[in-house]
This record gives sequence, structure tokens and C-alpha cells, in this order.
Amino acid sequence: MRVRLLYFASFRDAVGTDMEVREVAEGVTVGHLWESLRGSVPHFARFGAMPAVAVNCEYVPASRPLSPDDEVAFLPPIAGG
Amino acid sequence: MHPHLTDAPIVLSELIRELLRRSDGAVAAFVGVVREENEGLPVEAIDYSAYREMAERELAAIERELELEFAGTVTRIRHRLGTLAVGDESVAVVAVSAHRREALAACGEGIERVKARVPVWKREHGPGRDPAWVDPRHGRSPEADSRRR
Repeated sequence: MRVRLLYFASFRDAVGTDMEVREVAEGVTVGHLWESLRGSVPHFARFGAMPAVAVNCEYVPASRPLSPDDEVAFLPPIAGG
Repeated sequence: MHPHLTDAPIVLSELIRELLRRSDGAVAAFVGVVREENEGLPVEAIDYSAYREMAERELAAIERELELEFAGTVTRIRHRLGTLAVGDESVAVVAVSAHRREALAACGEGIERVKARVPVWKREHGPGRDPAWVDPRHGRSPEADSRRR
């Protein structure tokens, strides 16, 4: 199945794009997806714990299983205000 | 529904006028402003960007929460995006209520929740250095910027 990954701020700079579509297996969780990104993006590999993540604009835990067409955004440390 | 994110300057008096009811006796407001220094380095401007769709949802959710938790208050939060200069207002939280305690408490809690949850990012510009993303955990993190160049 396919999910859409969004990148913002320093993560967008690190990846070089603001959006990509990835093919993932059934049953894959948000945490699994982060681990696979860490394997391909050095900036993410330097990140300690998994950053905050939103699926379809809502914060979710790492255990959240992905569904087809989910919009997934790993969020760099926010700095609003 | 009113927009919580704006590319235009924030006008506090307009926000207050939108909220104020005849039953209100108190207005509490917090306004965040770009300052000339951060973590020991001079700042000339800050680019604010957001995950707009999610930020709108979170800001609306925070307003609803505050109005439930602080009975009788009405709140409005507005966050500006784009490039802001020193002295520009970046965020405003306004709470009105019959009495001061609820208004002050809702306003204070409101800005804390904005900072904790709303997906907004700052990219800082200063003299003689590359723009850097602000990381509240450890000041700033220029490495992602320099890799792109």
C-alpha cells in the first residue's frame, strides 16, 4: 500500500523535498517507517528518539499501524510562538 | 470559522473587538514578538512556517479546550507566518471573561499549549551567519541547512 510522507522545516531541507509517496507493507507501523527513514537519511539517523509524528493531521504514537493513503508527517522540534 | 494562521500583521485590538461581549469584564492577552537576540546571537528576522492544515486544527482544538476548562471564557489565537522583523508580532492569545482570574489563566495556558503542540517552525536570520532552524531543545541546528547548499 502507499502512504504519503510530508516533510517540513529542517526535515524538508535534509530530505530535499516536501513530499514523497512510499510503498509500505500491510501492518507496518509509524515506528517501523521511522526506522526505515533513519536507514536512508543521515539527518534522521542522528536523531535520538523518534520525533513527534502526525498521521492525517493528528499526533499518533509509534505503534499506530499505517493505512492506505495515510498522510504521515514526522515533525522536527516545533518552535511556534 | 476564523483563520488561526495569517500572513498579515496581527492587530490585537481587532481580535479583542471580535471577542468582547457585554458580559465580559476582563481581557487577557499574550503577544509574542520577534526579539533582537537569541541564545547569545543577534537576530535580524525570523521566517515562520507551518504544517498549515494541522496547525489550524490544533489551534482550533486549543481554543475549544480552553473554553471548556475555563468556564465562561472565550479565546482566540492567531499565529503569523512568513518573514518577520524584530518587533513584529508572531502570535497572539486573547481570552475574555467576566472576571480576571479565568481570563488570565486561559491566556497563560493557551500560549503554553501553542508552544507544545502547534506545528510551527522558525528559521532565524542574523548578520554574518547562515539561516538556522530554531530547535528549542538546543538553541539552533544549522546542519540541515548547510547540507542542502
